[in-house]
Amino acid sequence: MIWLNQIIQGVLLGGYYALLATGLSLMFGVMRIINLAHGDLAVVGAFLIWWLHDRGHSIAVSLAVGLVAMALLGVVLQRAVLERSLRAGVLVPLLTTFGLAIVIENLLFQKFGADIRSLDIGNLAFDGWKITNEIYVGRLPVLIFVVALAMLGGLQLFLSRAPLGRAMRATAQDPDTAELVGVNARGVYLAAAAIAVATAGLAGAFLGMRATFDAYAGPTQLIFAFEAVVIGGLGSLWGTLFGGIAIGVAQTVGAQFDPQWSILTGHLVFLAVMTLRLIKAAAEGRGGFMAALGMEA
Amino acid sequence: MSILRVEQLNAHHGLLQAVRGVSLSVGEGETLALVGANGAGKTTLLRTIAGGHRASSGTVVFGGADVTSLPAHRRVRRGITLVPEGRRLFPEMTMEENLLVAARGGRKGEWSLSRVYEAFPILHPLRRKRAATLSGGEQQMTAIARALMTNPTLLLIDEASLGLAPVAVERVYESLETVVATGTTLVLVEQDLGRALSVASRIVCMLEGRIVLEGSATEITREQIVEAYFGLRRGNGGGET
Amino acid sequence: MSAAQAIKVERWTPVSLLATGTGTVLLGALSLAPLLFGASALDKLTELYVYVILAAMWNALAGYAGLVSVGQQAFFGLGAYAAVQLSNHGLNVYLALALAGLVAGAISLPTSLLVLRLRGGEFAIAMWVVAEVFHLLVNLDHSVGGVTGTSLIALGRYDPTDRRRYTYWLALAAMALMLAAVFLLLRSRLGASMQAIRDDEGAAASVGVRVLRTKLVVFVLAAIGCGAAGAVWLAGQLTFQPNSFFSVQWTAYMLFMTLVGGLGTFEGPIIGAVIFFVVQDQFGQQGVWYLVGLGLTAVLFALLLPRGLWGTLEDRLGVRLLPVGYRVRRLATVGRES
Repeated sequence: MIWLNQIIQGVLLGGYYALLATGLSLMFGVMRIINLAHGDLAVVGAFLIWWLHDRGHSIAVSLAVGLVAMALLGVVLQRAVLERSLRAGVLVPLLTTFGLAIVIENLLFQKFGADIRSLDIGNLAFDGWKITNEIYVGRLPVLIFVVALAMLGGLQLFLSRAPLGRAMRATAQDPDTAELVGVNARGVYLAAAAIAVATAGLAGAFLGMRATFDAYAGPTQLIFAFEAVVIGGLGSLWGTLFGGIAIGVAQTVGAQFDPQWSILTGHLVFLAVMTLRLIKAAAEGRGGFMAALGMEA
Repeated sequence: MSILRVEQLNAHHGLLQAVRGVSLSVGEGETLALVGANGAGKTTLLRTIAGGHRASSGTVVFGGADVTSLPAHRRVRRGITLVPEGRRLFPEMTMEENLLVAARGGRKGEWSLSRVYEAFPILHPLRRKRAATLSGGEQQMTAIARALMTNPTLLLIDEASLGLAPVAVERVYESLETVVATGTTLVLVEQDLGRALSVASRIVCMLEGRIVLEGSATEITREQIVEAYFGLRRGNGGGET
Repeated sequence: MSAAQAIKVERWTPVSLLATGTGTVLLGALSLAPLLFGASALDKLTELYVYVILAAMWNALAGYAGLVSVGQQAFFGLGAYAAVQLSNHGLNVYLALALAGLVAGAISLPTSLLVLRLRGGEFAIAMWVVAEVFHLLVNLDHSVGGVTGTSLIALGRYDPTDRRRYTYWLALAAMALMLAAVFLLLRSRLGASMQAIRDDEGAAASVGVRVLRTKLVVFVLAAIGCGAAGAVWLAGQLTFQPNSFFSVQWTAYMLFMTLVGGLGTFEGPIIGAVIFFVVQDQFGQQGVWYLVGLGLTAVLFALLLPRGLWGTLEDRLGVRLLPVGYRVRRLATVGRES
C-alpha cells in the first residue's frame, strides 16, 4: 500500500514537473531554442512572488502581479538576447542562455543571500485527505496538479483554436512562409517567450509552496524539466504531462528505497528511456531521438 | 496606372548576385508572366518584391508607396502576397488551418473561407486533412487559396505548375481565371511558355539576373522568347536601360 | 584568359614556423620553472595549466566538433575520483594521477553511446544529466567519503617542495600532451572532418565524412583532457570534494575562456585561459559580482564578438600562428594576361 501512496505522490509531483516543462517545450517547439536558463527563470518567479508576498500583498495578488512581470521579462529576454542569439547561429543560444543562467543565479544570490526560502501559504501546506492509513493526499499537490492540467489544457486550446495560437504553430513549422502570409514572426516569438517565462514563474511559485528554493536551485529544475520533455516527446503538451509524471513517480518510488536515491532514480529512468529511443531510432536507420519523434532539432 | 514599380533592384545570395539592376512596372489588373531558365533570378525577384528577401539596393514601390524596407508581413497588409515556389504549406496543420492563418495575417475583403470554398469546390472536402497528406495539385490550390485569404491586390505566384500532372495544372489555371476576373493584378513565374503566353497580357524574360526581353503577349513571338531565354539574342532586349 | 597560373599549397609559413619554434622553446623553459620560481609562482602556473587544458578541450568539442557540452565537469570530477581510488588501492599516487585521465577517457566510451547521437541542446543538457549522475553516484561511494569527500592522503608522504614540483611537472606535461594532441588532430584528416561537421553536418556526411567516428575521437580526447585536469587540480587542492569537482561552475569557466579567447581557433583557448587566470586572480575574491561579470562577459562575447579576441585578430590580420590550416599561394603567373 505504501507503494500506491508513493505512486500517487509521484503522479501529483508530475503535475508540477509538467508545468515547469511547458515553457521549455514551448520555446523549443516555436523557436528551436533550448533555454538553459529556464530553471533559473522559474526561481526568479519564486523569488519575485516571495518578495511581493513578503511586502504584505496576499499570495493571490503577488501571483497576479508576479506572473505579469514574468511575462514582460520573457519579452525583454527575447528582444535583448534570444532573438540575436538565434540569428548568430545554432549553438549560440546555448552559450548565451547558459551565460544568462550564471548571471541570474548570482544576481539572485547577491540580492537574496544564501537563505533557503519557501512561500508561506499557511495551512494549505499541510491540509489533505487521509484515504487510508498509508495513503495521504495533500491539498496543495492536488491543487498544483489541477492547475497544471488547466494550464496545459488552456495552452493546447490556445494553440489549436486561437488565431495567435495558430500563427504560433505556423511560425514553428515554417517561419519564412508564415511571414509571407502576414504573420509577424517576431511578434509570435515575443508572445511565445512571454508565455514560456510566465509559466516558468508559475512553476517557480509552486516550487516555493511545496518545497524550498534558493538562488542556485535553477539548474536542478532545468534538468527535471528537460527530462520530462524528452520522455514525453516534444510537440505534445500532453506528452509533457506524461513525462512529468514519469519523472515524478520515478523520484518518489526511488525515495522509498532510499532518500538519497530519489533524484538519481529520476535520472536513471530518463537515461533508460533515452537509450531505448536511440536503439529504436538506430533500428529504424535514423539518428537522434528527436528525429525519431518526428521533430527536427 | 502602375500598381507596382521596381527600380534598379539588386539582390544577392551571399556573394552571388541573383538580380541585377532590374526595373519593371506592372499595371493594375495586368497579368504578367515572368519567364527564364533556372537560376535566372525569377524566384529571387519575386521574393524581394514580396519582402521575403532583402534587396541589396534599388526600390520597390507599391501603390505609390516605397515598401523596400518593409518586412514581408507588413507588405501583406498592404496587399502584396506571394505564393512561394514549392507551395510551402504548413505541413502539420490542416488544409483549413492553413487558410485561417492567412486570414488573420491579411486584409479584409471579398475572400473569406466560404468564398474560397465556393471558388475552389475541390478544397471543401479536404478541410480537415493534414496539409502534408494532400496531393501536389491539391497543395497548389490550397497555396493559392491561402494567399487569396489575405485579399491581395497584387498576387505573385512562383511556379504554379511545377511538378503537377497536366490535369492538375489545368485546374490551377482555371482557378487563376477566377482570380483575374476579380481585378487582382497577377505576376506569374512560369516554366511552361505556352501557358505563359496564353494567360498573360505581358511577358518579361530574365537571364542571369537581368531582364532581356519585355513586351505584350500578343506582339512577342515564341521564337523571340526562346532566343532571349537562352541568351541567344545579341544586343538589347526591351528591358535594359 | 591565357595566363597559366601555378598554385602552391603550404602548411608552414614563416610566421607559423617562428611561432611553433617559440612555443617549443617556451615549453622547455617552463619545465625549468621549479628550479627558478618559488612556491606561490609554481602553484599559480599549475592552476593556469589546468585552465589551459580545460579551455582547449571545451574548444575542441564546441569550436571544432560543434558539440556544446554543459557537462564536462563529469570527467573533471571523474578524473579526480579515479585518482583517489587508484591511490587508495595502492598505486603510487603520481602514477594514479597520471592515469586518471585515461580512466575518464575509458568511461567516456560507453557514455558516448548514449549522448553522441544527440545534437545541439539535447547533447548539452544530456551531458549535464550525465555529470549529475556521476556526481550522485560518487556521493554514494563511502570509500571516498561520500558527500564530504576525502583527501589524497598519499600525497602527504611527499615533502611539500617536492610535491609542488612533481605536481607542476605533471601539470605541464598534461598540458603539453593535450595541446599536442589537439594540434595533431587539427592537422590530420580528422581535423578537416571536424571543420566540415562544424560548418554543416549533413553536407559533411554526404561527402563521406565519418561524422560519428570523428565526434567520438574528440569526445574521448576531451574526456581524457578534462580527467587529467581534474587529477592535477586534485593534486593542487589535496582534498576531493565531489560538490566542488562536479560543479557546473567548471563549464562556466570553460565557456568564458573559449568565448573570450576565440572559439574555433587553436590559440584562442590558451589566450582565454590566461585572461581568465588573471581575472580569477584579481577578482576571484569578489564573490558573486565576479561570477555575474563572467556570465555577462560570456553573453556579450557570444553576441557581439563571436570569434573571440584571438579569432577577431586572426580575421583582421589574416595571421595564423600555428600551422593548423592550409595556405594557398598563387605563384607568379606564366604567360600573357588577357
